[in-house]
Amino acid sequence: MSRPLLEVRGLCMRFGGLLAVNGVNLSVREGQIVSMIGPNGAGKTTVFNCLNGFYRPTSGEILLDGEPIQGLPGHRIACKGVVRTFQNVRLFKEMTAVENLLVAQHQHINTNFFAGLFKTPGYRQSERAAMGRAAEWLERMSLTEVANRPAGTLAYGQQRRLEIARCMMTRPRLLMLDEPAAGLNPRETEDLKTLIGQLRDEHGVTVLLIEHDMKLVMSISERILVINQGAPLAEGTPVEIRANPDVIKAYLGET
Amino acid sequence: MSRNLKTALFSTLLLLLISYPILGLKLSVIGIGLQVEGADARTLWTIGLAAVAMFTWQLLRDRLPGAGRLAAMTPSVPGQVKHWLTLPSTQRWIILALVMLALVWPFFGSRAAVDIATLILIYVMLGIGLNIVVGLAGLLDLGYVGFYAVGAYTYALLAEYAGFGFWLALPIAGLMAATFGCLLGFPVLRLRGDYLAIVTLGFGEIIRILLRNLTDITGGPNGISQIPKPTLFGLSFDRRAPEGLETFHGFFGIPYDSTYKVIFLYLIALLLVLLALFVINRLMRMPIGRAWEALREDEIACRSLGLNPTIVKLSAFTLGATFAGFAGSFFAARQGLVTPESFTFIESAMILAIVVLGGMGSQLGIILAAVVMVLLQEMREFNEYRMLIFGLTMIVMMIWRPQGLLPMQRPHLELKS
Repeated sequence: MSRPLLEVRGLCMRFGGLLAVNGVNLSVREGQIVSMIGPNGAGKTTVFNCLNGFYRPTSGEILLDGEPIQGLPGHRIACKGVVRTFQNVRLFKEMTAVENLLVAQHQHINTNFFAGLFKTPGYRQSERAAMGRAAEWLERMSLTEVANRPAGTLAYGQQRRLEIARCMMTRPRLLMLDEPAAGLNPRETEDLKTLIGQLRDEHGVTVLLIEHDMKLVMSISERILVINQGAPLAEGTPVEIRANPDVIKAYLGET
Repeated sequence: MSRNLKTALFSTLLLLLISYPILGLKLSVIGIGLQVEGADARTLWTIGLAAVAMFTWQLLRDRLPGAGRLAAMTPSVPGQVKHWLTLPSTQRWIILALVMLALVWPFFGSRAAVDIATLILIYVMLGIGLNIVVGLAGLLDLGYVGFYAVGAYTYALLAEYAGFGFWLALPIAGLMAATFGCLLGFPVLRLRGDYLAIVTLGFGEIIRILLRNLTDITGGPNGISQIPKPTLFGLSFDRRAPEGLETFHGFFGIPYDSTYKVIFLYLIALLLVLLALFVINRLMRMPIGRAWEALREDEIACRSLGLNPTIVKLSAFTLGATFAGFAGSFFAARQGLVTPESFTFIESAMILAIVVLGGMGSQLGIILAAVVMVLLQEMREFNEYRMLIFGLTMIVMMIWRPQGLLPMQRPHLELKS
């Protein structure tokens, strides 16, 4: 077994009198696809916000590769290879699709002020390489024909794909997807499933997923964490979760 | 009808309240006292007629054909032309033509015209600098004049105490302003929107007040005078050169003419503006330019992609301040005198007005707006009505061109297949 890439221990997040996340434990191994499910308002997105540094957790530990990252600012965590998509797509709407992908490569390209001012060979090389990578991913997501259109004018499914491509441009180790299938039709959901599998297999990305589409979750997850009212309810493989009476009662609905 | 009547009465009252004190009363100086006199009958009749016209128009505006659609009366430019005018490539050609014009200008224009053109160039430079902060990075900075002051005083102090020349002091002034931009920006940039505007406004004032009260160093309200003019490779443009320098006319054996100095200053300003134009053109296509744009659109997404918002904003703030520093040291050299009163909030407002009037992010727009604003300021014959014209321009702009005189489409990086 590979070692855990991400380990969360006793994560708590309190907003005033509200305990939004209470004692969540999570362990994600390198190359795994792990899902988090739970009813609306259960605190799944809050966990995401803690993981990628938007919130400073009230208590608990978040270890990335054994190194504590809780409380670090968001951009530092992103530079360590933890990136996410958003429940409501957050693209740079006025910028073109390809520019969205270029911005995401900021930490990997030559951003030296004078190099850019005088267009040194190193700078040109770096810009060309960035453009090449962007083109590659646009092709991969079949977005090439809309590459030069403002991101805000793309169809919803295209925007979703572009957001995932944008995350991939940062060369992440852990990709966190917040309800990636929301608003997609069954065909697109099926494509998304294939895509997530490919990201893991071909690009070595570990995936942490929040999703309501049970079919998708059950078919691609290796482990599932169920959260209810901020507290962990159950954890296990899809088969175990499906059979767990507590989960059925709280979430899947009694039959 | 009754609503129209109310509006009509109110507008007429407003018109009388504004125009009677401005046009209907005359102040004349008698000895050391002021005397208020009523205006002549003609002025009063005009005001009266205007009031009646306003009343009738407001009362009947709904019935007059087409009067309600004021905005529709805008001179219609075909959409194609409008689109073409905002293209970055078109604007670049226009700017190139303007630069050509600017190059030959001093050899045809009168001395006064060259002088005003120099002033315009200073404001173009300031506009371009502020445009980086406001137009590209989307940070509303109301204290921009503070950095202008830092640049001006850097040169003035260096000349006064260390005997530095203009060319040596110019980069130092830029660096100083950049340092101040960085220092002030650091605590301020965690604020957003209105809060940022208020705090920067405060900082601009702090710098001015500090300069006024450090009497021992900066000479307080009297400022620093006798700042040396720039030299051309050690050639002075004065009639008699200070020790150790040769005069320009002496070196070339031509008779002395004070116009040379004016033209020389103008050319320096032009050089600085060209430099600024070059830098901003590159910046918009550089990674940092993209990062500014992205940050302006969605800060949270930027953070989640590993862009440090503080650094990105700070770079915009610092770069903008650097241009103000250059402009400031040139201003000090041109005037030969700096006082804190040159750097009041009104200056900040003027520069911001140039950026907004021109169309955010557009360099051509800034050039046009700088020309308009400086000419408005320099119209001595309208001196009393200057603020009135200024206000009118703003209102007209808000109605007809809220996006600015000549906005520019951002140059998009294209993916070529």
